[in-house]
Amino acid sequence: MTSLPASTEKKLGLVIDLDICVGCHACVVNCKEWNTGGYGAPLGDIDAYGSNPSGAWLNRIHTFEITPEDAPAQIVHFPKSCLHCDDAPCVTVCPTGASYKRSEDGIVLVDEDMCIGCGLCAWACPYGAREMDPVENVMKKCTLCVDRIYNENLEEVDRVPACVRTCPAEARHFGDFADPQSDVSKMVKERRGIDLMPEMETNPINKYLPPRPKSAPTNDKRPRNVETDSSPAPGSFLDWVDRMLEKI
Amino acid sequence: MASHNLETSPYVSDEVRQTTCYMCACRCGINVHLRTGSDGKPKVRYIEGNRDHPINRGVLCAKGSAGIMQHYSPARLSKPLLRTGDRGSGQFKEIEWDEALNLATEWLGKVRKQDPKKLAFFTGRDQSQSLTGWWAQQYGTPNFAAHGGFCSVNMATAGIYTFGGAFWEFGPADWERTEMFMIFGVAEDHDSNPIKLGISKLKSRGVKVVAVNPVRTGYNAVADEWVGITPGTDGLFVLSIIHELLRAGKADLDYLIRYTNAPWLVIDNPGEANHGLIARNKAGKPLVINRKTGKAVAYDGKGAKPNLKGRIKVDGVEAVPVFELLARKYTSADFSPEETAEITGVPAEQTKRIAQELAAAAFEREIVIEQPWTDMKGERHEKMIGRPVSFHAMRGISAHSNGFQTCRTIHLLQILLGSIDCPGGFRFKPPYPRPVEGQPKPHAGAKPGEPLPGPHLGFPRGPQDLLLEDDGVSPKRLDKAFSWDAPLAAHGLMHMVISNAAAKDPFGIDVLFMYMANMSWNSSMNSGSVMDMLTAKDDDGEYVIPKIIYSDAYSSEMVAFADLILPDTTYLERHDAISLLDRPISEPDAACDAIRWPVLEPDRDVRGFQSVLLDLGARLELPGMTNEDGSAKYSDYADYIVHHQRKPGIGPLSGWRGKNGTETGRGEPNDDQLKKYIANGGFHMEEVPHEARYFKHANAAWQDFAVKMGFQDAPIENVFQLYLEPLRKFQLCAEGKADPQPPATHRHRVLTCFDPLPNWYAPFEGAGISTADFPHHAITQRPAAMYHSWGSQNAWLRQIHGENTMYIPAEICDAAGIEDGDWAWITSHHGKIKVPVTRMNAVNPKTLWTWNAIGKRKGAWALDDNAPETKQGFLLNHLIHELLPPKGDGLRWSNSDPITGQAAWFDLRVRVEKAEPGHETSEPQFAPQKSPVAPAPDVVDYGKEWTE
Repeated sequence: MTSLPASTEKKLGLVIDLDICVGCHACVVNCKEWNTGGYGAPLGDIDAYGSNPSGAWLNRIHTFEITPEDAPAQIVHFPKSCLHCDDAPCVTVCPTGASYKRSEDGIVLVDEDMCIGCGLCAWACPYGAREMDPVENVMKKCTLCVDRIYNENLEEVDRVPACVRTCPAEARHFGDFADPQSDVSKMVKERRGIDLMPEMETNPINKYLPPRPKSAPTNDKRPRNVETDSSPAPGSFLDWVDRMLEKI
Repeated sequence: MASHNLETSPYVSDEVRQTTCYMCACRCGINVHLRTGSDGKPKVRYIEGNRDHPINRGVLCAKGSAGIMQHYSPARLSKPLLRTGDRGSGQFKEIEWDEALNLATEWLGKVRKQDPKKLAFFTGRDQSQSLTGWWAQQYGTPNFAAHGGFCSVNMATAGIYTFGGAFWEFGPADWERTEMFMIFGVAEDHDSNPIKLGISKLKSRGVKVVAVNPVRTGYNAVADEWVGITPGTDGLFVLSIIHELLRAGKADLDYLIRYTNAPWLVIDNPGEANHGLIARNKAGKPLVINRKTGKAVAYDGKGAKPNLKGRIKVDGVEAVPVFELLARKYTSADFSPEETAEITGVPAEQTKRIAQELAAAAFEREIVIEQPWTDMKGERHEKMIGRPVSFHAMRGISAHSNGFQTCRTIHLLQILLGSIDCPGGFRFKPPYPRPVEGQPKPHAGAKPGEPLPGPHLGFPRGPQDLLLEDDGVSPKRLDKAFSWDAPLAAHGLMHMVISNAAAKDPFGIDVLFMYMANMSWNSSMNSGSVMDMLTAKDDDGEYVIPKIIYSDAYSSEMVAFADLILPDTTYLERHDAISLLDRPISEPDAACDAIRWPVLEPDRDVRGFQSVLLDLGARLELPGMTNEDGSAKYSDYADYIVHHQRKPGIGPLSGWRGKNGTETGRGEPNDDQLKKYIANGGFHMEEVPHEARYFKHANAAWQDFAVKMGFQDAPIENVFQLYLEPLRKFQLCAEGKADPQPPATHRHRVLTCFDPLPNWYAPFEGAGISTADFPHHAITQRPAAMYHSWGSQNAWLRQIHGENTMYIPAEICDAAGIEDGDWAWITSHHGKIKVPVTRMNAVNPKTLWTWNAIGKRKGAWALDDNAPETKQGFLLNHLIHELLPPKGDGLRWSNSDPITGQAAWFDLRVRVEKAEPGHETSEPQFAPQKSPVAPAPDVVDYGKEWTE
């Protein structure tokens, strides 16, 4: 069994805005693209052009249909990757110490040299955020782009996770949740960001901003008509034109 | 605690090369990180968005991020191919380029010498029409266009005719300032990343986004309000909004008087040859009623105070302002929200509230920018005042037989609200605006050995500009563009080319030459029959289409149907110009263009198609491509991009012109131009002066800028055409009052569909069949991760969208006894397909839909024969006929908009039946094609050499 740090100096993670995510999969693919040539083994794909293609991904988008009683059905896109939990069950379950949480920034990683591919961590994760690489049989997970965020070979502006840098809807934000003044902390406060499945007591770092309420065609009880005091009386539209033209 | 070996600052790449993405039509700037691979050669490590680029500002979508898999795809062609087996079998032999080019030259040369109209040259989703169109013009065939006819020509044409611009990627909302945004018929779009960036801005500013779409996915999913409209009825919905606005006096009359033909007088002389034409003075100037004097005066006369209502006699005939006609028409009860609700599926309450919200945003939240400007009449304005409502619309609106008129209704709404190119409204991107007056007319001709007298595609001003043979009826073009079948077919009708050639209607051809167009599969209606047409033989045993030349980079379904394959490069191996002469990457505040350049050298025996085309041009000794001594004028496309001049000083690229590279827009060619582009990240950007940024249609500073940049040679007046007189001219011909007259078979539809004021009529397919037999609508959308992504088989993207299902509304499922996961038969008047079903609620209750172009044919794209794309994936195309249901007159009526010829994909009507369980394979299935490429590897572990 592997132990978690008692506390971490920083709590780095993501805020994902479900109000803006259009489900375009940019973050999903850009993550794969960066990471397949980066941290640890490549993110392999087996049967890549065959009948049952299957690859390792660190981030996936799930799409749900919600049908409220008093409004039309709607679609919600839900990107999901490792949430870098403070109380990460995937770490404590690891028999070799390969899974670990960094004390300096809270990032949960897999040390692939120590990973025996037993898969216990994936079973322990309530979010299904870890995937076994089908080619190398080593456990893969979001690294929060630990090889980008401190990377001196990249321009400072690019030292953010690939998914954040690429998101065309700017629905993903990266920062330190330990700092109440950070943009991500403020965003979560303002928009009442939520934990995913808090009942699991994993204390996830990543937060989701819920979709704002949407208007329905018939449940809005405001007055319906466009007419105002300055509008023409019914049937006298062209007289109104006359009056209006005098003002021009 | 164990210590872990972690490198937080690893080496990234040897070099970053900046070029332009081509995974779709958006054309973002990309940084291609190259790193030495295991073979010692440069290999793509990573592709990211270019932060400085005007289009994507650093972001990159799923397609762009999957570029590595596209570039290294096992489906890439590697050598020219010559057919050895029967057409369609996929049996080829590899040949050398010299042999391939000699053959092509021989086939094309013979046709040019004898009868150039026997060549049909159509390009698919490429964006080098400035070159390909010029080539076809020099060759002399009338049969050229790109794929706009089956994409979104209605949107382009309606926009140009109405206000000199268009949505597409040519004009966005003023994202920073708009206060309400409505989006019609768009799940994903050409302007892919800019729209996402824009919607994100609106959402974070709390601006309301209203989505009008039968399906609530993509952008519609994040919209604040959804209008789940019935397909093909958007025009009626918009006219109901206009009805509400007019009845409430919510129209910007000052804007209408200044910038539109609302005050122009329309002759009211029923039964006569001038009825419905614009009343003009002797100099041809449209007339208006002067409010002060009550007299008819030229609309642009000094001091004219045009009225918007009234009646006056001009040369003895009555005339009425456009606005009065318009107001009487749309305030009629026919367009009340209560009246239209049943057809559109939009509750009257919702239509009224949206009208109210539009009016409130436009008129109560006026935007003022403290920027003086001068209009083209010389009047100085101290401020720029805007109506901050904006719209975007695309293919869901266009791809109906009433699409042109529907697009016009949206533009009418924008204009009545005063929101075209004002702060907070729609914004033109340079080189637009470009009204009809600044556009060419269409040209045909076709004399042996001679070029065409002008460009193929253009904007007819009236029936006199149709491309008809001397009999006044027969089309000059194979696709019948600019004939009575499709008078304003500004992008041609690519979807009719193979069908018409096979039917020899209006004539047969000798050579079909296509580029990047998967016409035997997802780019054609009625794909199964198209395969038969491509392989049909005459009585003498010769193919009905005798020769087919095709260029593609990948083993698409179309390859098997060609006689000669010219293998193209990937987008990372080629030169390209994203040109202001063509479809540039401008933003509203800057005129921009860009290049592609070979950031990697091809490792196969392939050549960029545009270079091949220029080579063929030189071999054929086409004017402009050949020197006097017979040698090639351009060594390759790069040479052309730098040195070609369309007219003196104007070339494909606007940046770093002039001998020393110091000039912009106009200037002599500069040998170092491409180097300058590369050094600048692959693009050039020239800011529009602040004074010229809004009201470009009437802005003197914009006109100066446009002339300076070479977009035009002189100021062009742009009066928005609410009343479209050219349509009325066609109607007069159909009434028998003017010449040329359409055949009797065409008169009714010209009279009913060519209304000069935007109108709505029921889509043709539904009107031509029994809606009781086919009660439902069926449409497609392209998923964001694959939109406009032509080389669509990609090891990563196929894991996201490797199979498609038919999404069917819960009510229809229940009625048919279908459960989620069952299979169903979907039947149209034309065909039947078997598909897997997903039950859905967030969809119009009469409408089925699926993702487009996921289904693949066995043998294509280097995919396994059991790939989900072939087994479960399917195409709706098999249900859609390229012809309307027969009317009994023996004519082949195209399933298209009667005005523009736009393919009416979304008019489709169907019924649904549950399929028996078992045999869970989509139908129809086709025999496997023999793959022209080697089998794909089982495993992809990209980047392994850098991670060990």
